[in-house]
Amino acid sequence: MSLQPAPLLALDDLVVEFRGRRHNVAALNGVSYSVAAGETLAIVGESGCGKSVSAQAVMGILDIPPARIVAGQIRYRGTDILAWPERRRRTLRATKIAMIFQDALSSLNPVYTVGEQIAEMFRVHRGESHSAARRKAIEMMERVRIPDARRRVGDYPHQFSGGMRQRIMIAIALSLEPEVLIADEPTTALDVTVQAQIMALLHELKEESQLALILITHDLGVVAEVADRVAVMYAGQVVEDAPVRTLFSSPAHPYTQGLMASIPRLGQRGSRLPALRGAPPTLSAPPTGCPFHPRCAYGRPVCLDRLPPLRPVEEDHSSACHFAEEVMARD
Amino acid sequence: MSRYVLRRILQTIPVVLGTTFVIFAMVFALPGDPIRALAGDKFLAPSVIAQLHKEYHLDDSLPIQYAKYMSGLAHGDFGRDFNGDAVSALIRERWPVTVKLGLTAWVLETVFGILLGLLAGLRRGGVVDRGVLLLTTVVISVPALVLAFLAQFVLGVKLGIFPIAGVADGWPVSYLLPAVILAALDLAFIARLTRTNLIENRRADFVRTAIAKGLGPWRVVGKHTLRNSLIPVVTYLALSFGYLMSGTVIVEGIFNLPGLGNLVFQAIQRQEGPVVVGVSTLLVLVFILTNLVVDVLYGVLDPRIRYD
Repeated sequence: MSLQPAPLLALDDLVVEFRGRRHNVAALNGVSYSVAAGETLAIVGESGCGKSVSAQAVMGILDIPPARIVAGQIRYRGTDILAWPERRRRTLRATKIAMIFQDALSSLNPVYTVGEQIAEMFRVHRGESHSAARRKAIEMMERVRIPDARRRVGDYPHQFSGGMRQRIMIAIALSLEPEVLIADEPTTALDVTVQAQIMALLHELKEESQLALILITHDLGVVAEVADRVAVMYAGQVVEDAPVRTLFSSPAHPYTQGLMASIPRLGQRGSRLPALRGAPPTLSAPPTGCPFHPRCAYGRPVCLDRLPPLRPVEEDHSSACHFAEEVMARD
Repeated sequence: MSRYVLRRILQTIPVVLGTTFVIFAMVFALPGDPIRALAGDKFLAPSVIAQLHKEYHLDDSLPIQYAKYMSGLAHGDFGRDFNGDAVSALIRERWPVTVKLGLTAWVLETVFGILLGLLAGLRRGGVVDRGVLLLTTVVISVPALVLAFLAQFVLGVKLGIFPIAGVADGWPVSYLLPAVILAALDLAFIARLTRTNLIENRRADFVRTAIAKGLGPWRVVGKHTLRNSLIPVVTYLALSFGYLMSGTVIVEGIFNLPGLGNLVFQAIQRQEGPVVVGVSTLLVLVFILTNLVVDVLYGVLDPRIRYD
């Protein structure tokens, strides 16, 4: 553990609730993960497991209410930013922690040119003049490889293709050289070839500036390619956290194992692709004990009673399963 | 863009021809002889009737009457009413009243409609929001007629705050109450439209981006939410402007304001074709023009709309 660099950003036991009409829904149930400079952390899991909510909590863009941060900390360079006043948090986002989203078209303001939307960062946060900010906007567009940037700086978002729009979003996010970039399913809305280009660009930009990248995705292929570490989330919890190689070679949680088994492989034919049985639990009425037990092949009576904590199972590898060792052995 | 505007202006020609003909035909189709009606119970010599009929082309068939009227219109002659006054002079005399009334109403609904909508939308579910929702529901459900009489009776007759009717006190005193009544319905609509759009846009992805960009709340709302929210409001306001400029029979009637609405109403009762058609033509033009302005404005506000 001592070899690891100090984390730049860490979530510690974060609990987020959504207040409902009848009952509250625990979207995050004690989530912890961290990312260091130059590291790519992938957060994987099914839809609704809390991946995006954790990112939104970091950025301070949760809809409050109905969301509410009940407990836990979000530490940037060791200090809990949840305790900071809003003005300080505002400066933190964008200048230190930036985020890009799934749908770049709706994430860009349709009535302003892309140049204005990038330049706004330099004007508002750096107090730069109109023309200087515009020059820097063009530079940023060139950095994210938008062809003919000088001419296109005055175009509107709808005049760009999906991939180019996501590049604009990346240009906005990276304009003030943040230390952490959160990418919330940045390629889900794009077609496959464009996906690869965007991932390559993100990887390249990350290498250039020692960026810490938090990549939220459910594409395990992308994870295998670009991630250094992986946090697997299930029902508002991190159920496994490991370096990417370890996770793929010896998963220590039945859920991760199920995910791995459901990846289609070349040359595999004739048999049905194994899929996880059942559906994720409803967070308004979670099962007792381990939230995964209704779908788990290893389920025992203890799983119905006790929630397994996330615990180290070997060096730099944690799992939230009562029988993690058994799961690892059986793989 | 200029080609688009030119095409739109050319398109107004058939529209003007069509609407004027329809209105002309409807006045023509009214039962009874307008000249006899004019005389009432009094005896009118047949020779006088024949003379007046000839003067106003009343014995011609509809197409001939229309053609004669239109050729006069083409030479800038709007025709004359039965008193022998030029219709163009009547319009010149009456329109300022309607414009003053309409502009006052328009400013009222723009300022207060948007203001109330913003206050309600920014604090959804708050006291102001509930108040605005209740108030607008009342205004929308109560007919303007009732509202007008009620206001006239309470504020004019009983309390004496405003003049009861007429324009003797000039602008703004004489115009304020009728303008409020005239503006009420659209004011309510605009407040609701602003509120709904603001609430919708505050949840938009690009507003979330603006927050994630570390922008302050004023900039997030003022720059990234407001402009998008106001696009439909501006459209509605421009259309409402056209409608207000064309005068309203009911409000002008109740408050006895000598505007265009009143003029048209009297002219219809007297079957004065030239007056009805003259005023209507003008109103059609005003409407077409405001529609054109709306469409061009829309393209300026929303870059996604292009004309070609």
